[in-house]
Amino acid sequence: MGHAGLQLVSDMYMQELCERLIQRFDCDQVVHQKADLSLLRVDKDKLESTLFYLKTHEGFVHLSFVTVIDYIEDDIFRLSYMLHNYDSKSDLAVQAEISRTASTMHSIHHLWAQAWTYQRELKEMYGIDFPGSPRVNDEFCLEGWDGPPPMLRDFDTAKFCEERFVDREGRESQDIKQTMRENLYPERGES
Amino acid sequence: MFELNRLSEAELESGKYTKIWHGPQHPGITGNMSLELTLSGDDVVECKTHVGYLHRGFEKMMERRTFIQNFPIVCRIAVPEPTFNEYMYAAAVEELAGIEVPDRAQWLRCLNLEMMRLASFLMWLGGASGSFGMNTVYQWTVTHRDYMLDLFEEMTGARIYHMYITPGGVRAPLPEGFTERAMSVMNGIEKLLFEIERVVLNNHIFKLRSQGLGVIDPAMIDPYGIVGPNARAAGLARDVRKDSPYLVYDQLDFEIITGDKSDAYNRTVQRYHEMHQCISLIRQMLEQMPTEGSFHADLPNVLHWKIPAGQTYVKSECTRGEYGYFLVTDGSEYLRRVTIRGPSYTHAIAVMEKLVVGVNIADVAGLMVSLHTYPPEIER
Repeated sequence: MGHAGLQLVSDMYMQELCERLIQRFDCDQVVHQKADLSLLRVDKDKLESTLFYLKTHEGFVHLSFVTVIDYIEDDIFRLSYMLHNYDSKSDLAVQAEISRTASTMHSIHHLWAQAWTYQRELKEMYGIDFPGSPRVNDEFCLEGWDGPPPMLRDFDTAKFCEERFVDREGRESQDIKQTMRENLYPERGES
Repeated sequence: MFELNRLSEAELESGKYTKIWHGPQHPGITGNMSLELTLSGDDVVECKTHVGYLHRGFEKMMERRTFIQNFPIVCRIAVPEPTFNEYMYAAAVEELAGIEVPDRAQWLRCLNLEMMRLASFLMWLGGASGSFGMNTVYQWTVTHRDYMLDLFEEMTGARIYHMYITPGGVRAPLPEGFTERAMSVMNGIEKLLFEIERVVLNNHIFKLRSQGLGVIDPAMIDPYGIVGPNARAAGLARDVRKDSPYLVYDQLDFEIITGDKSDAYNRTVQRYHEMHQCISLIRQMLEQMPTEGSFHADLPNVLHWKIPAGQTYVKSECTRGEYGYFLVTDGSEYLRRVTIRGPSYTHAIAVMEKLVVGVNIADVAGLMVSLHTYPPEIER
């Protein structure tokens, strides 16, 4: 079967799969980004059972990664679990939203043995807790960190650096955007 | 499913164990990370991995820079393999922005990626041999990697960080006479590989030390997210280039190479065969490469790009397996979020912590290198 044929099969498969997930777990915000990638949202309390179902019944045995998107304006974190099915050659992002102020999520380390590493990182970088996840409170990248979680949208990196580091003498800081404009498009006189 | 048996404080204080730090600066560590090893005699009974020595906050930085400003940043995420980062960032931006890449650029990108794979494998092979005491082999492989870097310099103008694959295409076509010179380098590397087979793969001491070391059971592969040569050596025919063909891989003649047991020895053999495959792919591309046509799409002023809101995940098969970029845009001129999925994330932490238990301290470096990990892609 050629590449186009595979794409068509995958496209239909993903649509049917998403229909099943909508019926079974009330998923919404389904997006078919491309033939082999769909994204959908599920209630946070149904996330664990959705992932379990996808892994055991639908062949999504591979967890590519777990990440989070900080929607500070809506006061929510959107957690994203990217799964892959080696038989249908398709990716599915299962997403769940949690409150940004009381950020706790169910751990999935019992579903994938590697998941605890992602959860540990998210605890450190975003402050999201995963109760029961092994070593979730251990430091990941940041040794002796005492500030707020640094990946939050409202973490001010410039202020953090100004407070802790001293400017090296003789070194000029330039506005990158301004410099690029002047160097790339000098004839337009853009500023 | 989850196994993380830790010794209690009382056991650790009993005097039966020794704790040593392997890294962050150690010849047997691939990059800057460290292993906190608890030993009973010469054998490891527990391991905790520590990363963070290279954390430069790439993902955070990329949220605060425009799409084009990110382009010289991404290549620095995995030092020995910058090209894969360039390609995936460009491909994700193109997908969300609806940019069509010319056919010639797809061929040039694919050639660049396979050349990168070969150069990375050469560097790895030297490190793997060195970890088992064969330091001369390192001199050979790094020499031939240097010939590859010469080719990169001709093709892209740079040896390490090429910044060649940009959103929309590539920066330049192949220079005149490149094909002949590249073919000559491929012939040289092929000769080197035959020497490697005799000196490394048939080396009795290497076999004694690496066979049976760090065996990845096929049952571990899905729970631990093991990908690439580490999984293929265990017999699983999984390769993004075949499973989800991108660029021009569907026009090239190659099959997924698999083994029957993923231990340190067979993982070396696996990569040895994949290096031969890589040379074959490079030759095919050099012969079939279009010589005419555009190599870059027409794009508007890069400083005014606003990518429509959306999310996508773009992946490719790098030297170590599935490598992916998850991009989230919100319609502004900045990225909302980028997540970089590198195979080292699981191979160097969860997998390493499991496999190293019971291993003799002298073989820890060999095991670590046999998993082929790069700490920068863990920390991003």
